[in-house]
Amino acid sequence: MIEILIVLGTPLVGAALLGWLGERDYAATINVAASFVTLLAAVALTLRVLVEGPLLVIDRQFFVDSFNVSLVALTAFVGFTTALFSRPYMRIEQAHGRLTSARLRLYHAMYQLFNFTMLLALLTNNMGILWVAMEAATLATVLLVSLYRTPASLEAAWKYFILCGVGIAQALFGTILLYFAAEKLLGAEGGALLWTGLNNVKSELEPTVLSIAFVFLLVGYGTKVGLAPLHNWLPDAHAEGPTPVSAVLSGLLLNVALYAVVRCKVLVEGSLDTAFARELMMGFGLLSVVLAALLLSRQKDVKRLFAYSSIEHMGIATFAFGMGGPIANFAGLLHMTVHSLTKSAIFFTVGHAAQKAGTQLTDEIRGLITTNPQLGWGLVLGTLAILGMPPFGVFASEFLILVTAMGVEPWATPVLLAALGLAFASVFSKIQPMVFGETTAKRLPVRPTMIPVFVHLALVLMLGLWIPPFLADWYRQAARLIG
Amino acid sequence: MSGVPLYAQFINLLAAILLLLAFAMLAQRRVLSLVNLFAAQGVALALSTAIVAFATRQPHLYGSALLTVLLKVALLPWLLHRLIQRLDVKWDVEGLINVPTTMLIGIVLVVFAFNLAFPISQLASTVTRSTLGIAIASVMLSFLMMITRRKAIPQVIGFLAMENGLFFAATSATYGMPMVVELGIALDILVAMLILGVFFFQIREQFDSLDLKHLERLKE
Repeated sequence: MIEILIVLGTPLVGAALLGWLGERDYAATINVAASFVTLLAAVALTLRVLVEGPLLVIDRQFFVDSFNVSLVALTAFVGFTTALFSRPYMRIEQAHGRLTSARLRLYHAMYQLFNFTMLLALLTNNMGILWVAMEAATLATVLLVSLYRTPASLEAAWKYFILCGVGIAQALFGTILLYFAAEKLLGAEGGALLWTGLNNVKSELEPTVLSIAFVFLLVGYGTKVGLAPLHNWLPDAHAEGPTPVSAVLSGLLLNVALYAVVRCKVLVEGSLDTAFARELMMGFGLLSVVLAALLLSRQKDVKRLFAYSSIEHMGIATFAFGMGGPIANFAGLLHMTVHSLTKSAIFFTVGHAAQKAGTQLTDEIRGLITTNPQLGWGLVLGTLAILGMPPFGVFASEFLILVTAMGVEPWATPVLLAALGLAFASVFSKIQPMVFGETTAKRLPVRPTMIPVFVHLALVLMLGLWIPPFLADWYRQAARLIG
Repeated sequence: MSGVPLYAQFINLLAAILLLLAFAMLAQRRVLSLVNLFAAQGVALALSTAIVAFATRQPHLYGSALLTVLLKVALLPWLLHRLIQRLDVKWDVEGLINVPTTMLIGIVLVVFAFNLAFPISQLASTVTRSTLGIAIASVMLSFLMMITRRKAIPQVIGFLAMENGLFFAATSATYGMPMVVELGIALDILVAMLILGVFFFQIREQFDSLDLKHLERLKE
């Protein structure tokens, strides 16, 4: 219980402290330190849940099982490495004159607040608080997307705000319907929105109401996952915000939103006898994969390119959770993990590459491998990993998903394979000249840290070759739980 | 009208007013009047919540009625008025195209909303269940308003009105959500409004206007 308080309290205190202190030289260090404490507490929480089983604490308001604890650990880890990356990155941005110190203050405070909202969304047992935290996560990031105050970034932030605001309003209606269905069984006093309570009575919940509720919940949280055709905000927000924000949006926020969808699916599946929820999720997932693969080849901005790749991968994970069953769920969880690690590593390298070239256009970034070999290799390896090349972890999860699809939904396999092939061709043909071409790029004023990139890629490589038994156990447990 | 108690008739009346206001907002061109219509919607919402609280003896609903008054009748309209004054867009008139067509689409949406609400309200045991259709309809009308508007402030008012509709849906289907959740939602809306306020100034500084046609350059 104390771990939960530290996990949630540290980023909250960190945000207040960073907002209060203003921009000092050591603000970025405090940001890293707060993220590190959060990570330690998250690891302690994870160990406890692994040893003692699910926790239900503080008047049943917080619930931790093997499903969400894996995401809590991932969120805290990527939150920490991104803070490490953002320290030199934001210094360079400041040296290039793109940011003032007042905006850095906003950035650091909001970064911690954003971490808090995501962790709250993951840990809470109350479907209403889950909604509140998801909305707060949008609010915390909207000013970060418009941090550069360029016309394009303002447009991106406005789109992000309005689309996600409308989307999340649909999810609120879904939550109201869920409460409506549960209130008759569980009574009006608070308990009717607790996920554990709902999960216990899910077979008695009114199927008509739950199926309508699920449509609203899926559309609402699906907007934040970036599922097509509700994905419009995602490439803009990723491309126009500062790179650390792109990394946490892509690596973490999308996961948290998908987590909310999966929690809802468990309830609806238990109430309905039909395949309604699965089919809806598979449909949305597949549509996202195909649409993103088609649009990838037309991207000129490198951050937009990888934003579309995020839509594609969230589509794959949604499809996997839609199929359901122990193997597909296992693969879906693994895919969420490796995608988050790989994609944030890619954004770290892409961010510095864009700083060197002074542009985000793929046609104008050239010869990374000659000017900065670490950056070049990081980008090549990250790209190969995200495109599903063996021996990286993305290959393992995609392979599992394709194999399951062949058994359960044979018609979907060729579609998925074709989309993955197309994505490979589009992305690799753009990245290859960026890394190996001729260049005249300038040196960066501050040395970038490449440690986070290689730590992430090493983890993804390890997950592709060998999943530690405790982790496999843990994912299997979670997969069973999702059903 | 035997069988329908007086308070239920009052609630139905207020629900009808809410729907009427939603239509009025759809057709209103002046930004300032839009804010007033939004405040009026807040009054109707708070009154109906208070009547439900009185009729069903649900004390926590008084709390949410009070919250509605504070937030949606006083604070948000006040903030919007101040914003309009500071941004000097008081006399802004929007050239809405095709109000009659928008209204017709609105009517179709209302019919659809009632159809959607029917199976749900069949299952509801609350005195207010007949108003669920109206709640969904006003959510959809606000949505339509957001789609048809080209300026920033009316779009935001549409967003807030959507929240009103959702809140009404919560009271009519279930006598309101648990208090923690309601407070959380209220906090989110307030913060959203403050952030939007900051945002308006950023947009204006950059484009010299709050017309969203400047914000249409990012494609695909």
